[in-house]
Amino acid sequence: MNISNSVSIPTLKWRILKDKLFTLVMVTLAFISALPLISILYQLIKKGYKQVSLSFFTEVAPDTMEAMMAKVNNEIIPGGIANGIVGTLVIVGVASLIAIPLGLICGIYLSETPKGKVAGIVRFVVDLLQGIPSIVLGLIAYIWIVKPVTSGFSALAGSVALSIMMLPSIIRSTEETLKMLPSTLKEAALSLGVPYHKTIIKVLLPTGMSGISTGIILGISRIAGETAPLMLTALGSSVINLDITQPSSAIPLLVWEFYNDPNLINLIWGASLILLLIILVLNLSAKAIAKKWKVQY
Amino acid sequence: MMAVGIVVTLVMGSLPAFKEFGLGFIFSSEWNPTEGRESYGALPFIIGTIVTSILALLMTFPFAFSIALFLGEYFKEGRMASILKSMIDLLAGIPSVVYGLWGFYTIKPLVVEMGLSAQGFGIFTSSFVLAIMIIPYASSLSAEVISMVPSSLKEAAYSLGATRYEVVKNVIIPNAGSGISAGFILAFGRAIGETMAVTMLIGNSNEIPTHLFDIGNTMASLIANQFGEAEGLKYTSLVAMGLLLFVITGILNLLGKMIMNKLRS
Repeated sequence: MNISNSVSIPTLKWRILKDKLFTLVMVTLAFISALPLISILYQLIKKGYKQVSLSFFTEVAPDTMEAMMAKVNNEIIPGGIANGIVGTLVIVGVASLIAIPLGLICGIYLSETPKGKVAGIVRFVVDLLQGIPSIVLGLIAYIWIVKPVTSGFSALAGSVALSIMMLPSIIRSTEETLKMLPSTLKEAALSLGVPYHKTIIKVLLPTGMSGISTGIILGISRIAGETAPLMLTALGSSVINLDITQPSSAIPLLVWEFYNDPNLINLIWGASLILLLIILVLNLSAKAIAKKWKVQY
Repeated sequence: MMAVGIVVTLVMGSLPAFKEFGLGFIFSSEWNPTEGRESYGALPFIIGTIVTSILALLMTFPFAFSIALFLGEYFKEGRMASILKSMIDLLAGIPSVVYGLWGFYTIKPLVVEMGLSAQGFGIFTSSFVLAIMIIPYASSLSAEVISMVPSSLKEAAYSLGATRYEVVKNVIIPNAGSGISAGFILAFGRAIGETMAVTMLIGNSNEIPTHLFDIGNTMASLIANQFGEAEGLKYTSLVAMGLLLFVITGILNLLGKMIMNKLRS
């Protein structure tokens, strides 16, 4: 056998070497991607933990003057982020109140009518919604709520923007969970003479609860750190505010305010740390729920 | 209903701007809020957005692709995979303001130290941070597609004596290519719409950036920056900018989703 020299055939050794090299490069690159994460966490924890104390949760953010005085006297800047925490709770809470029922209904509808023109359109819209940049949702909420309804910046407008952001995740998880449930479950209920709406509410939803709540929690964790839409809607406030027609603060908004104020800049780390912790806890609990109450058939 | 509402709202809100400037709104490079000589053109911001996002995509590619291969083919299970997976999840969960802070306090000084630019702000810095932000989006979808490549194909190649690298190159990439590109298209859409981190790092100038380390601005970041005090023509121009952003990201997103849905079914 004579292999012609015009076609170069790589030797086995070279091929194996190339394979090993490729694996090495791939694994290295994959783990290099984790470096920024470590760097971010390190920075937040190192600079942030000193600020976090009880008063950080109970007092409102200081104004520039107070912070400047404390800085001049070399003291720790007083105050906390209570207005942000309450604001985030209110805004995210109202957003959930809007998005959860709407998302559930859409999700149930999609899973019950897998085919059909309307379902196709709804699915298309959900895909579209998922890709809309949050700042555009902020614009929309501004035009819908801030101008005509509350005639001024308001927590409600922020909630509306965030609720649109949450919707796709809820709809998708509801649809997918319900689709996975065996049809025998539904048929059994219907054959016992249970009305259709009761079958959905009392049989399908409770069975799929874990998947659905995972979707909801992930949706919440996705919106909890949003800043851009809130800048156009909730604006920010220096006091604790429970009235949703008034401007309100939120933790990410506070981070932004601190960042822009040279006297308050030291507070960004504590506030970011808390924000990250909240999101982390939400993510972990979503995972735990998904793992623990996984629907198995 | 909602989507129609969104489109109608944006179109209505931006009509005055388009009426005033016509198509020139998209192609004019002047952004001048001086009263009496108001003129608003979106070109610098469109260019800024596209340049930063493409750069981010290029930078993210080797990393996201490695992660996708790692999770989708090489180490599907096991401790390493679960560690990497939770790290990627965490990366996805970090709010964009925090990325902005990190870019400002860690990346910006680094860029200055390396002598790449005097201020450290600009296209490059924001693209770099964007690249990290979109790693999770690009990699998770690609990993899913790569893991869907039928094992019979891979086994056939192995049985012919192919090394793993050759399987990746000749079987997995051709097979999963369209899905991988869908993942990157979706990540691209994310990068285009990203606001906070970019606002904090890009330097916010209204000129067309001329080189990699020049300062510039993106559409999303412009809206965030100038919306507060906007009225009249400026306000409608910003809404028009939002409409443009919506259209661009919408097209990208639907394209990516279409490819994915085709693959999944």
